Amino acid sequence: MGIKAIKQPLHSFAQACGEISILAGKAFGLIFKRPFNFRLIENRLYLDGIKSIPVVFLMAVFTGAVLTLQSYFGLQRFGAEVFTGSLVGVSLAKELIPVLTGLMLAGRVSASYSAEIGTMVVTEQVDALFTFGVNPVKYLVSPRLVALLIMTPMLTLFGDFVSIMGGRLVASLVVHQNPYLFDSQLYVSLEIWDVISGMIKAVFFGLTIAVIGSHFGLKTEGGARGVGQATTTAVVVASVIILVSDFFWSKILPFSMR
Amino acid sequence: MIEIRGLHKSFADKKVLQGVDLDIASGETTTIIGGSGSGKSVLFKHIIGLMKPDAGSVLVDGEDITKINEKGLYCMVDKFGLVFQSGALFDSMTVGENIAFGIKNRDDLKRADIDAVIEHSLSQVGLADIANLLPAELSGGMKKRVAIARVIARKPAIIMYDEPTTGLDPIMADIINDLIIKVSGNKEITSIVITHDMVSAYKISDKIAVLFEGRIIETGSPEEIRKTKNAIVRQFIEGKAEGPIKIR
Repeated sequence: MGIKAIKQPLHSFAQACGEISILAGKAFGLIFKRPFNFRLIENRLYLDGIKSIPVVFLMAVFTGAVLTLQSYFGLQRFGAEVFTGSLVGVSLAKELIPVLTGLMLAGRVSASYSAEIGTMVVTEQVDALFTFGVNPVKYLVSPRLVALLIMTPMLTLFGDFVSIMGGRLVASLVVHQNPYLFDSQLYVSLEIWDVISGMIKAVFFGLTIAVIGSHFGLKTEGGARGVGQATTTAVVVASVIILVSDFFWSKILPFSMR
Repeated sequence: MIEIRGLHKSFADKKVLQGVDLDIASGETTTIIGGSGSGKSVLFKHIIGLMKPDAGSVLVDGEDITKINEKGLYCMVDKFGLVFQSGALFDSMTVGENIAFGIKNRDDLKRADIDAVIEHSLSQVGLADIANLLPAELSGGMKKRVAIARVIARKPAIIMYDEPTTGLDPIMADIINDLIIKVSGNKEITSIVITHDMVSAYKISDKIAVLFEGRIIETGSPEEIRKTKNAIVRQFIEGKAEGPIKIR
């Protein structure tokens, strides 16, 4: 009874991991195969990337603001508030913004991928693609993958900038720290590799969001309920992978532990 | 010519196809009839290669579609056109874009040629001037006719219709029946229809095959099926609740 109870979920988990890896490999390989459909990629860059700017902007500006506020008063207890700019800049660029951007996109984009593709599955539109000699993975997954491999690091870089500006604003207007002190500490502490390590993670997060959203969309069964379940599962799985893998990326990337 | 031999398919413990044997002659309209859950749609998906069987073969012009690789399968589906039960029109595209989709992906056609094909295909199904509408703006009957237009635009050798008259009023159903007869032309196109609409089956078919519990239990011309002595087939074609078929 005990072994059986574990065996089934483990089998399902291993099967899902295998299917997701195969889908990722196929979608990536098909990017380089003719015919190239740049219009589809352009469309995804706009829908998934450009239209995510407002939500990333809001997330970044308030994350930078609250981190500065909390860091300033925390450091003040030890008389170390001058280091606020250093702490805020490095924390945001290396960890907070890549992970939070990934989570925001997992919520917004992964959900839309699984819902859109899932609806196409249950209304037989994916089967229709096949009958027209069109590979559904190339048509539906590869353009989404390309778009997020480009846009996730770009949005992370944008988030880094906006969040630091948000922090700087709070430092000068709310806690009345000299903005030049904030800037000088930031300049001394924040290295280019801090930003790059965040962007490398973001590339992986983009891959995760695209493949997980597409996978659960393609595996949708049933009607509206199936689409709802696929969407929820995609968001949860993508978010968990982002959070867990962030720890391992921080250990693996040679310049992220400095 | 399509030859189906010993086709078996199960989903978990449920045996859906249990040794289907059927020959579909070129240029004829073959209708597969059977009750709900008899495995018609599953059989359909095996014929076009959308599903792989557990055992058995589907020979299309001598080539076994169950054994060819993915690349070969994409070439093979060029011979087929499938009209889905729901129409399966791409809802993010207009009617015109839906029709253009199949030909754009296959042929290197100029914009003017594509527009001409769209216009011709729509006029064939009696729906001129709707190229700019979205599928959401169409009625059920219009969606089915657009789905047929989308398929005939590609000029496939074999057209498959999945429950073409289901959910339509009798007049619209008859319009679809006439359209199927018109599209099949002068025995130029092989048509395979799955339906449980006997009015439609009698009107459009050269041959009717009856699928019951995962097997073809009878084949014949519409006249032969009308006169059958098989009690299961009789119950189905006469639409009687009492008989050997037990509905659970």
